Amino acid sequence: MTGVKFDFDKPTKLIGQPEARLDAKRLLHGRGRFVDDIQLPRMLHAYFIRSPIAHGKIVSINTSGAMDADGVVNVFTGKDLENVVEPYVGVLSHLAGLRSPPQAPVAIDCVKWQGEPVAVVLAHSRAQAEDAAELIEIEYDELPAVVDMEKALDESCPLIHAGYDSNLAWQRTVDVGDVSSAFSNPDNFVVKKRFKFGRHTGVTLEPRTSIAEYDPSDDQLTVWYSGQAPHMMQFIFAKHLGLLEENVRVISQDVGGSFGIKVHTYGDEVAVAAIAKLLGRPIKFTADRYESFMSDIHARDHVVDARMAISASGQIVGLEFDDVTGIGPYSMYPRTSAIEANQVLNLTGAPYVIPNYRATSKVVFQNKNLMCQYRAVGHPIAMAICDCLLEEAAAHIQMDPVEVRRINLMADNSYPRTSASGMKLDELSHQAALNKLIEMMDYNSLRADQLEQRKDGVFRGIGFVSMVEVTNPSPMFYGIGGAPIASQDGATVRLDAGGGIHVSSSVTEQGQGTNAILAQIVADVLGVDLARVKVTTGDTKTTPYGGGTWASRGAGIGGEAALLAANALKEQILDAASVILQAKPSELDIKNGQVVDAKTFVEKMNLSDLARTVYYRGNELPDEAKPELVATRHYRVTDAPFVFTNGAMAAHVEVDIETGFVKVLDFWAVEDCGRVINPLLVDEQIRGGVVQGIGGALYEECLYSDEGQLLNTSLADYLVPMASEMPDIHVAHIETPTKSSVLGAKGAGEAGTGGAPAAVMNAVNDALRHLGVTIYQMPMTPERILSALAETKTDN
Amino acid sequence: MKAPEFTYERPTEISEALAIIAQDAHEKAFLAGGQSLLPMMNFRLAAPKTLIDLGGLKDLKEIVAVEDGLRIGATVTYSELGASALVSEFSQVFDSVLPHIAHSAIRNRGTIGGSVALADPAAEMPAVLIALGASVELASQRGTRFVPADEFFHGLYLTERSDDELVLSVFIPNSSRSLSTGFYELARRHGDYAIAGVCISDDSRPSGSFNAPKVVLFGVSDRPLRAKSVEESLVGVARNDTRKIRSASEALSDLVFDSDLHNSQDTKQRLASVCVRRALEAM
Repeated sequence: MTGVKFDFDKPTKLIGQPEARLDAKRLLHGRGRFVDDIQLPRMLHAYFIRSPIAHGKIVSINTSGAMDADGVVNVFTGKDLENVVEPYVGVLSHLAGLRSPPQAPVAIDCVKWQGEPVAVVLAHSRAQAEDAAELIEIEYDELPAVVDMEKALDESCPLIHAGYDSNLAWQRTVDVGDVSSAFSNPDNFVVKKRFKFGRHTGVTLEPRTSIAEYDPSDDQLTVWYSGQAPHMMQFIFAKHLGLLEENVRVISQDVGGSFGIKVHTYGDEVAVAAIAKLLGRPIKFTADRYESFMSDIHARDHVVDARMAISASGQIVGLEFDDVTGIGPYSMYPRTSAIEANQVLNLTGAPYVIPNYRATSKVVFQNKNLMCQYRAVGHPIAMAICDCLLEEAAAHIQMDPVEVRRINLMADNSYPRTSASGMKLDELSHQAALNKLIEMMDYNSLRADQLEQRKDGVFRGIGFVSMVEVTNPSPMFYGIGGAPIASQDGATVRLDAGGGIHVSSSVTEQGQGTNAILAQIVADVLGVDLARVKVTTGDTKTTPYGGGTWASRGAGIGGEAALLAANALKEQILDAASVILQAKPSELDIKNGQVVDAKTFVEKMNLSDLARTVYYRGNELPDEAKPELVATRHYRVTDAPFVFTNGAMAAHVEVDIETGFVKVLDFWAVEDCGRVINPLLVDEQIRGGVVQGIGGALYEECLYSDEGQLLNTSLADYLVPMASEMPDIHVAHIETPTKSSVLGAKGAGEAGTGGAPAAVMNAVNDALRHLGVTIYQMPMTPERILSALAETKTDN
Repeated sequence: MKAPEFTYERPTEISEALAIIAQDAHEKAFLAGGQSLLPMMNFRLAAPKTLIDLGGLKDLKEIVAVEDGLRIGATVTYSELGASALVSEFSQVFDSVLPHIAHSAIRNRGTIGGSVALADPAAEMPAVLIALGASVELASQRGTRFVPADEFFHGLYLTERSDDELVLSVFIPNSSRSLSTGFYELARRHGDYAIAGVCISDDSRPSGSFNAPKVVLFGVSDRPLRAKSVEESLVGVARNDTRKIRSASEALSDLVFDSDLHNSQDTKQRLASVCVRRALEAM
């Protein structure tokens, strides 16, 4: 990146400082304004009746009882919306061969998963709608359900979609080098394991919520939408409801967590918008926790047969795996449900030098809730496959897991280069991160403690992961395949008459602090007090056009756009000041909200005086001076498809072999996310991510019956990690700013979730391996650990 | 997840509450802390047409030492139980158990009477009361009666209580003062319902060996389970005889264990055995 020179080490710097986020006080005062807080005149509440079965034909729907119920205004079925909503298809052209049939927001003839919307009741209150829903009679003709993804491709398996020859949605193979010889060479050790990764889901604190309001007088649809990508949703509402994009306004302001759950097209939201258009009055839909479990996208759900060949001296010679993943009956629109499998193929082994690599992923349809992108898409699977095999292999050749990593991790001075799968890698610091990790965790003491404790029947384990994270995606992620998803983002920065700065950005705030870092960057560039910077995000009508928040891009892409725009505004300010002060722009600078002499810092004029002169008393300026005090800049990554980050993490666990319970004693993470804009926010991103990763490793799983019934639909039965069980999570950084931007920031949002599961799995296996036991299924529940221990006993 | 419509009554006298419930009792429900009933109504698993709020009944909020024991009013909350010196003096088991019951916010509202009346098989309090030889005081317009806790719990959400009866109090006899107790539970996360747990009492303090232990499992069946074989095996076993304690704690084959979402019957039995042994070893 050239063109803008920037001093990150000036005495007044804000970038890199642990500034308290400006919106924390507002949120803690209960002044957050979430979609469900909004009440509009004449608003109705939508309640979705969802399929109670996994697969079946809809024989009849009798809504007459509900139509007469108290407070009910209308009831819609799939057929009622058939001609109102253009069906959508979740495929992208760069995922060659991916197929998925057209999908309607509310099922029309056939239901294909338990939880699929079948009818919508509109009433004056949610309670009235729920009462009326009990009066709707729906008859189904149940069909055999495809539940087990491992059997979905069997010839005897029923087909989910008419006209498809199998339940296969997509498959891809990556084949590099000569894998077969790597495994057939008798000098190499081969370890082979079957990994299972359970289905889990995002569990946002604020559920999916939207209010759609349609004004027929100017054909205007406004949707308040708890989500991540307002411009994408603008396109989707417009396209599928037959509106002009400029007539659709999507507003996503305070959002109570997303984790990728809220970046997809759900039938619920589309139906609500369609009904708002039909009825000409506002409709609110708030998912309750029960329907969140049944209808928020699920994630993971992989079975992977994997093997690694390693030389006697500890070098990885080959890695090979077959992955199958079940995605539900459709590929989710518009991002598709093949991206996760694609990430697994692309990312597995990316930290290491692996000469021979072959991997196949099969993505299959099944009659379960849809699976799609959730925080750290594909990463936990990719990292676990390679790093757990690596530790297993190291154990076989009696090599320390740290040593085997030092041998195989790419050298920090070896970039740019490509990964085994061909991904372009640059500016990574695996070796340095590992060294820092070992130092901070006091590795040797932990090993000594492990042996000591074992004498007393206390089984502790230490597990590692070296990982990469895909961040700052370029158009190669979605746009290239035809998705209405911007990879660039923009920021408009404006000096107002009072001397305050207004930032408007197309990245969005999900509760993670995006607005805070945008303000911090802009205040740093402009030399103004942080409190004088106000930020607007999440409104297609008022912000620049952009992608929103996903794939850890808010800071790296949105932040860079803000930096560039602020820099442009600074030039405008200094140009105007130079006219007013009769000086050269290069002789001026801005400090503490004052235009100052660049050398002596003598204050010349405050920003408010300058702005008031420009805005109110233009008569004082020469006619040829036409100052502008607002600048917009956009930024996209052009150097590579993604900007990878790297990290090294370690988990210390204790396994109770009588109960199978695992306690995580400590967790350490060293992350290189490039330039850290606000260490408070980055550290909490890492910690929050690690907690979600521990959730996947030990607790979280969507359990289905053989008939495709989701069995755990409450927070009592679906176990999210809670504070009491979480260890201290120690975070440290290595900062290798990316040269692809001036700011140098890479993403930090998904590293913890991507890396922690493998570290925890390795730690559990490190605790148990000396007993002849290993476990390669997540979540590692007490029962699964007890079963593994019991099998060993039987074997002996 | 909105409750169906219901009417709401808030009597200020017990007699008034009993009069309300006397008619169409099966369509009415008493509301104490609401920590189980209200979520069940929101899930539409329970749909009483009338809720009778017990919050106005002062007598039900009292903890009183009477001549032959301790009377704990039905709407005494877990937090109040934990703060009562009287209760701690009667039995230390409450101090061991209470921190495991959900979280502070729930303990601030959840009541001992509610737990008993609901009879969730994974709840701690029913097992504790059986172990202590407590009884449940029930009242209706037909009269008042005391039912031993050991005979009160019939199955999943099923008890000896008739629809028209109100749990007035839980009575802990003076004999529980001299019991030594043990408690252990396994929950995946702190505050979760246990996947297996046990409450044990014994009056063996003077002799150094187990005398007449009561071993009450919870979270493993549709009701609290007395592990009679364990109890019999323990009689006469020295408290420090870890070998015999281990073998006694494995004497569970006379019981039928229920699986749950995450654990098979075998796992439940195995974990119950671990709980029993760990509770015994700590006594």
